[in-house]
Amino acid sequence: MTNKRNIWLTGPYLVWIAGFIILPLLVILFYAFTNPAGNFTFSNITAAVTDITNIKAFGLTMLLGFLATAICLLLAYPLALCLTKLKIKQKSSVIFLFILPMWMNFMLQMVAINVILEDNGIINMLLSSLGLPNMHIANTFGAILIGMVYDYFPFMLLPIYNTVSRIDKDLINASKDLGASSFMTFLKVTLPLSMPGVISGITMVFVPAISDFAIAEMLGGGKIMLIGNVVEMSFTKGQYFQGSGLALILMLFVVASSLIPGDDEAEASVEGGVVLP
Amino acid sequence: MKKLFGALRGVYIAIMFAFLYSPVVLMIVLSFNESRSSYQWGGFSLVKYEALFNNDTIMEALVTTLILGVVSAALATVIGTFACVGLLAVKKKLQNVITTTANIPLVNADIVTGVALMLFFAGVVGRMNNATLLISHVTLVLPYVVLNVFPKLKQFDRSIYDAALDLGASPMRAFFKVILPDIFPGVLTGFLLALTISFDDFTITYFTKGQGLNTLSTLIYTNRIRGILPEYYALASLMFITVLLLILVIQIVNNRSAQAQAPALAADNRKEID
Repeated sequence: MTNKRNIWLTGPYLVWIAGFIILPLLVILFYAFTNPAGNFTFSNITAAVTDITNIKAFGLTMLLGFLATAICLLLAYPLALCLTKLKIKQKSSVIFLFILPMWMNFMLQMVAINVILEDNGIINMLLSSLGLPNMHIANTFGAILIGMVYDYFPFMLLPIYNTVSRIDKDLINASKDLGASSFMTFLKVTLPLSMPGVISGITMVFVPAISDFAIAEMLGGGKIMLIGNVVEMSFTKGQYFQGSGLALILMLFVVASSLIPGDDEAEASVEGGVVLP
Repeated sequence: MKKLFGALRGVYIAIMFAFLYSPVVLMIVLSFNESRSSYQWGGFSLVKYEALFNNDTIMEALVTTLILGVVSAALATVIGTFACVGLLAVKKKLQNVITTTANIPLVNADIVTGVALMLFFAGVVGRMNNATLLISHVTLVLPYVVLNVFPKLKQFDRSIYDAALDLGASPMRAFFKVILPDIFPGVLTGFLLALTISFDDFTITYFTKGQGLNTLSTLIYTNRIRGILPEYYALASLMFITVLLLILVIQIVNNRSAQAQAPALAADNRKEID
């Protein structure tokens, strides 16, 4: 099977990678450093980072990215701990239940969240029935944040759960035997050992959060411009050169946030869809 | 004290469960609502399902989504599975370089993958069309196939394959008669996963589809100003049930293949779980 003659079987795969992954990225790179006249220029990049609307969009995007990531982390970490402590046999099925809602079509998820958040939606209906004042959440920054947290939550939960559940129970017991309190044991044993999963989770939430435009458009009512929306508009308007400059900067952020080494196994398991027990 | 913590844990799990499921449950419940309004219960009815099946635009988008998913998943499965066999003959370092490059669409922001493909196709063929959309979806789902097939293939006992060759089988015949049955769970999981990823995609479809063509995701996005159509409730419920069934199949296939593995491995796993 390791027969050298079989190498040609990778042919179509390699052609695909070269043609539809590497080449398109090179095209972006080319456009990012070219002006409409076809000459080399840095202006697309400098324009991308000096334009006032872009700077605002960058700021808002980063804020949203940090908030979404932080909230996902704060919600997912305790949940992962609770789930590992469950005393049932089919733990893998429980984690599966928590991942399942993610598989409803992404756009329909957004529709559902809108039904909940709308001015005369479920939340406000509940508030009214309790005699409380209504809240205006739809088409605001808050709505986008809720949408992101909902959509990306599984990407945070899975890697953390994977690392926490793999921690050797003997280590925890040893720590307690040696006199550490539950809290100290968590701080000195569980937390450090789960860091790879946490880092993977952060990357897997932060990257889609800072590059989103669809959630912002669906839940923000088109009023809030994120950097993804700016990129999307440049391309749909045919401003390929400026758009590529922005896309390149976005890609740099993605590369930077994936450089921190996380838990490869957990990442591969999420990405490889071995989310399924 | 311990009991209190146990109870708190239960409450937290329940709250998170409610948070994740409320949109899904809401859509399913409202899909049977007679009333057009989302906020009043007008009695049980199937009018929304009727409206869905009578809505030609949505049905057309549904068919497009299904065809695109099946064709791109099938193509990716063929390309990916053969690639895995070939990759075994490649040195480990080079293997890593190749699979890491193929995984770029997984790691990269979808919007960058989308606009990169769009720019590339704009340069090559001018306008986006069905082919550009299909190629983009294959690019998107190909890594999922390889990630599921390659580990299975590495576990495969190559002496069985050699034996088949010794007994006079051609490499192709040996592949279909010996290797494929063994790695089939991985291939099927890869295919089904590719299918669900393709169904769920919005961003890459948005940038690489031809004008006038819509998948469900892009149709809902394009119609966003019109608000929430009654058909969406029925659609969401049906999609959720479909994907649930698909995922259950994947899980059953995975469990079967896990059980079929050597008992030593099972013992090893058990130790880890305990």
